[in-house]
Amino acid sequence: MAYVAVKGGEAAIAHAHGWMAECRRGNPAVPGIGVEQIEEQLGLAVDRVMAEGACHDRSLAALAIKQAQGDLIEAAFLLRAYRTTLPRFGHAAPLDTRSMAVRRRISAVFKDLPGGQLLGPTMDYTHRLLDFALAAEALAEPAPEAEAAADEPLRRVADILAADGLMPAECDAGEAPPDLTREPMAFPASRAARLQNLARGDEGFLLGLGYSTQRGYGNNHPFVGEIRQGEVAVCFTPPELGFEIELGSIVVTECDMVNQFQGSRTQPPQFTNGYGLVLGRGERKAMSMALVDRALKAGELGEDRVAPAQDEEFVLMHSDNIEATGFVEHLKLPHYVDFQSELEVIRRMRATAAAPAEDRA
Amino acid sequence: MMRPGFADPVFQAQASFRAVLEAMSRPGRVQLLDLPLTPPAGLDPAMAAVLLTLADADTSLHLPAGAEDAAEWTRFHCGSPSAAVSEADFVLALDAVPVLSTLRQGTDEAPEQAATLICQVALLEEDRGWRLTGPGISGSHHLRVAGLPADFLQQWAAQRQAFPCGVDVILCAGHRIAALPRSVRIEEA
Amino acid sequence: MAILARTTCTALQQKLADAPPLPPHRRLRGPETGLVMLQGRAAAVGNAFNLAELTVTRCAVALDNGLVGHAYHAGRDVARAELAAVLDAVLQDDAARPAWLSQVIEPLAEQQEATAARQRRKAAATKVQFMTMATTR
Repeated sequence: MAYVAVKGGEAAIAHAHGWMAECRRGNPAVPGIGVEQIEEQLGLAVDRVMAEGACHDRSLAALAIKQAQGDLIEAAFLLRAYRTTLPRFGHAAPLDTRSMAVRRRISAVFKDLPGGQLLGPTMDYTHRLLDFALAAEALAEPAPEAEAAADEPLRRVADILAADGLMPAECDAGEAPPDLTREPMAFPASRAARLQNLARGDEGFLLGLGYSTQRGYGNNHPFVGEIRQGEVAVCFTPPELGFEIELGSIVVTECDMVNQFQGSRTQPPQFTNGYGLVLGRGERKAMSMALVDRALKAGELGEDRVAPAQDEEFVLMHSDNIEATGFVEHLKLPHYVDFQSELEVIRRMRATAAAPAEDRA
Repeated sequence: MMRPGFADPVFQAQASFRAVLEAMSRPGRVQLLDLPLTPPAGLDPAMAAVLLTLADADTSLHLPAGAEDAAEWTRFHCGSPSAAVSEADFVLALDAVPVLSTLRQGTDEAPEQAATLICQVALLEEDRGWRLTGPGISGSHHLRVAGLPADFLQQWAAQRQAFPCGVDVILCAGHRIAALPRSVRIEEA
Repeated sequence: MAILARTTCTALQQKLADAPPLPPHRRLRGPETGLVMLQGRAAAVGNAFNLAELTVTRCAVALDNGLVGHAYHAGRDVARAELAAVLDAVLQDDAARPAWLSQVIEPLAEQQEATAARQRRKAAATKVQFMTMATTR
């Protein structure tokens, strides 16, 4: 593909941007929306922009949403662009989700698991009826509180299964993981690279792929072992201090999927797992990620790679909505010269095709 | 007592980066890097500015043994992971200059992976001394450096055999810097 | 440092308003905002993977008596980071430490614990109490 610099259009572009700004503001008689309002009241949109922008900063994500007029892919793009202007101080210690201050924790496999089922702030079980009272903007009642919170530790379902040998125990080999923000994806991809890619991947794309695995395209018969949502502390060791400090805490959602067993002559059957971890309360994304993570293990588990969700190159090269939108949307930029050559070729071909007919005449 | 880094990190780092860029693109030309900076004992202002500009948490750095004040200041302000001479992205030389071939040389496939030697020298002076030729130099140019090992030119000639691999060198003296990118040819005048 | 990392600038300023003025300080580095890469672990316990970055603001200051204070906080609040760095420095002074602890740090810690406890009680209120349906026939 060839690109040729074309000049002109500056005034048109400036005017178009001016109109865009006017559209963004909408009717000036309606009060403008504040970044804090977005941060507080459109929290799930903020979470999604942070996850797909791969940058945790609630107020920046809220500003990006305002600037993008609610186009969340554009907002994630703005956030990604901003993060490139900041220096990196280092790496935090891996989040210890076992010590999460849990808001929500459910399991679809064990009813009476230690610590119980905590529904947390959820939209599940609602009737999806539009609530016209919200249009009238009443203040929400404070959430009910229990007399006391049980101090019972929430044992992880994966640990329970692993303790019985029903799930392979994950172990930490202590390897430094690859970083997609520094090195491009290479194939075959390690699980660490895959998980980073999926964590920043487009929710819609992963949802569709996850759904496809359930419909038989790489079926792995999933159960939600556990979904957890809550705050985890971020720990970091500044080189000049030499000891670990806490930077604050962030909300994350994780999902452990328990999938079909498999075994071999040497190994008794075991369940296999798929894992999802996302910034914020992106539960649908965490579940989709866990489904796709499991599907991408096909190679390691000796399964036939027959479905799109099992094809790591297909999944990982197309999951990033910022890359995808860049390449799709660039098609609307001038391709005048390209197309001119196409025109010439097609005219010549048509002329050649028409010539014998004239000869016959 | 720890001394501060750039008072205005954005603009001072930009000015310093520009000086390094000029120095690299015009090998042997001395650039003045006169920023208000009070580096610790043992570190010249130009050297300190180059470090603050180039080294960060994403670049590994080798600091010479001794010169504890300079090392502590650099660790604090740059936050670079430390690495052995043969592994580091940037190798800092204060008194003793390591042999060029002991630094990371890059590969034919990825010559950009070679190390950069940032070297504090006693003196940098144009229009006399070595004769420099090569890309970025119209005709030839002269540079006098005091404080490099006696066999530096032999080392330089040896590393030129492996081009495009090889180490780039930034020389700092007081408020002055000059660079010897691996592409430059150096002869005794 | 963890308590200062979890507070808001407003809450910190409120506590400082009731305390004696902080000593003068000199900035050694920052306050400046950058990124820290967050990591997760495969299935929570396995190999680490890079998750996303987090904006972090840090500051290092020195007091006239030579004490150096540091702050590293999630977010981009430079004012809070500078105040916290000064507090970190004064807290290293054994003589002044108890007063600053009781006037600033402990009240903030209590507030934070109260918020966390409220959240735990809210979560407990959403705990499902399963009933076994007794059916006749």
